[in-house]
Amino acid sequence: MDAIFFWLLAAGTVLASVGVIFQRNPMHSVVLLIASFCALSGLYVLLGAPFVAAIQIIIYAGAIMVLFLFVVMLLNVPTEDPVHGYHARLLGGAGPRRFGAVLSLLFAVQLFLVLRTLQMTPLPTDAQQPPSTVYDIGLRLFRDYAFAFEATSVLILVAMVGAIVLARREPR
Amino acid sequence: MPFGITPELIAQITIIGVVFFALQISAAVLVYMERKVAAFVQQRYGPYLVGPRGALQPLADILKLIMKEELRPKSADTLLFYAAPVLSATAAFAAFAVVPFGADTTFFGLLDRPVHLAAADVNVGLLVIFAITSMGVYGIVLAGWASNSKYSLLGGLRSSAQMISYEISYGLSFAAVIMLAGSLSLREIVDHQAGYWFGFIPQWYLFIQPVGFFIFLTAGIAETNRAPFDFPEAEQELVAGYHTEYSSMSFALFFLAEYVNMVTVSAVATDLFLGGWHGPFPLPAGFEWIWFFVKLFLLLFFYIWMRWTLPRYRYDQLMEFGWKWLLPLAVINLLVTAAVVVYGGF
Amino acid sequence: MLPDPTLNAYLLLSAVLFAIGTAGVFLRRNLITILLSVEIMLNAVNLTFVAVDRFRGVVDGQIIVFFVMTVAAAEAAVGLAIIIALFRHKESLNPDAFTSLKW
Repeated sequence: MDAIFFWLLAAGTVLASVGVIFQRNPMHSVVLLIASFCALSGLYVLLGAPFVAAIQIIIYAGAIMVLFLFVVMLLNVPTEDPVHGYHARLLGGAGPRRFGAVLSLLFAVQLFLVLRTLQMTPLPTDAQQPPSTVYDIGLRLFRDYAFAFEATSVLILVAMVGAIVLARREPR
Repeated sequence: MPFGITPELIAQITIIGVVFFALQISAAVLVYMERKVAAFVQQRYGPYLVGPRGALQPLADILKLIMKEELRPKSADTLLFYAAPVLSATAAFAAFAVVPFGADTTFFGLLDRPVHLAAADVNVGLLVIFAITSMGVYGIVLAGWASNSKYSLLGGLRSSAQMISYEISYGLSFAAVIMLAGSLSLREIVDHQAGYWFGFIPQWYLFIQPVGFFIFLTAGIAETNRAPFDFPEAEQELVAGYHTEYSSMSFALFFLAEYVNMVTVSAVATDLFLGGWHGPFPLPAGFEWIWFFVKLFLLLFFYIWMRWTLPRYRYDQLMEFGWKWLLPLAVINLLVTAAVVVYGGF
Repeated sequence: MLPDPTLNAYLLLSAVLFAIGTAGVFLRRNLITILLSVEIMLNAVNLTFVAVDRFRGVVDGQIIVFFVMTVAAAEAAVGLAIIIALFRHKESLNPDAFTSLKW
């Protein structure tokens, strides 16, 4: 039963991600990425991490993607326009781009070959290891990682101020 | 029984089916209730021609909506245009899936072991509701964008900005309840509200957290885009906001989504603050869900009453209220609750 | 019946997602799509953390995922603000249009 869900969700994630990078319209890319995140959240539930699954939807699919959506609607650029010039063709022309794509493919093949040589390690089932509770996570987060937690809150404040300053119109 | 199909499994599947159909029927009942209550508030009769006292009016409405022509603006983005109402309705139904509406029951001895009265009982239930509510924003913002029309876009953007602003106060208000109950599971929160003080005052969180209840209900009304926070779909200002260009079944899906969202917010408020299925006096075993429905009905009536009594907030007033008044209030509520829990030994 | 997914299956899926994200950064000439591909890569890393967590029976990986998501949110906010500022300047979302600092 787990296997069927894994294959369905994994196929969904990969297909949606491939769709993201091949869509012309950035709006469609954003919507496909939201679908990919929802499938990923299902995979987290399969891995016995319901808290991470919930915050994946709340933070990624529910907040970050809304931000992307708003910016895409604000800028309203339907598709990418080609840019001319020597420098543009040096790094952005068709040749270098295809080379980059081939590099990514090589990377994927390498990872695949490496992972195949490892021993197949089974994951514990729900009977052997129950899904993690929010209580455990909270305990570890606020005891051992308390400093990182506080530093992250400062980081978010800095990012908020920075985003507002960067995106405002210059006062005349 | 073959394939491990136990009576409990059949009962569980039946409960899921019952919840699904009950939600759809509740939308129809709410349509009728809204028109009748609106009529009595405005000192007129509501629908009274179709069926006894107009009770079959929702049926007439649904038939009309089904038989209308399905229109689409020529330059609308087809995929997103049709996906948006589906997304809205899906999010609305999915959020109710983790809301329990009755105590564990064996259906009067038909089953060997008691089964939970909820479509799905997860131990991070409140997080799931919050997550799916955040997904509900997409139906509206995609509808506004995909319609490729001025009124739709403005209505969609305003509505989604309102929803994500009030989500924060929504979350903070039930964070306080989580602190009191010590659990994210709605069933356990309801079970913490059993019992009575002095023998007759029920131990509902409404009495411990009145400010929290007010914040939750206000944020809930703003989340579902109902008056007095329904500027984005105000008829006088924006034609019809994000669902201007929709007709027939797509419009019916938005309509359905709005009413089911109302039911979900009221159901969660009942479970969190009003004690769920524990009432002032206990009912015989197997019938606790009656209390739940009585409280749900009272909250829904309150929703509809608010719509036809209060004037609408202007958009900037609405956003100012959400960020400058409700959010600080929710944070203070959370801090005070935390202090009481830690130092008061709750 | 299909066999249950092993740890290797999850790590492989994560590798594939990471490679898709990398390909997206190389192939697309639209700033927003490049940022989306970076988000895909971050999610692939999250999946690795959670899968190994399950294998080892601890929750530290999930906490790191929590921090990665927070940092991704901050980075997306600042990145999009920069894109808006750049768009106001040049009316284009193509990264090759911004060549003022080049030789």
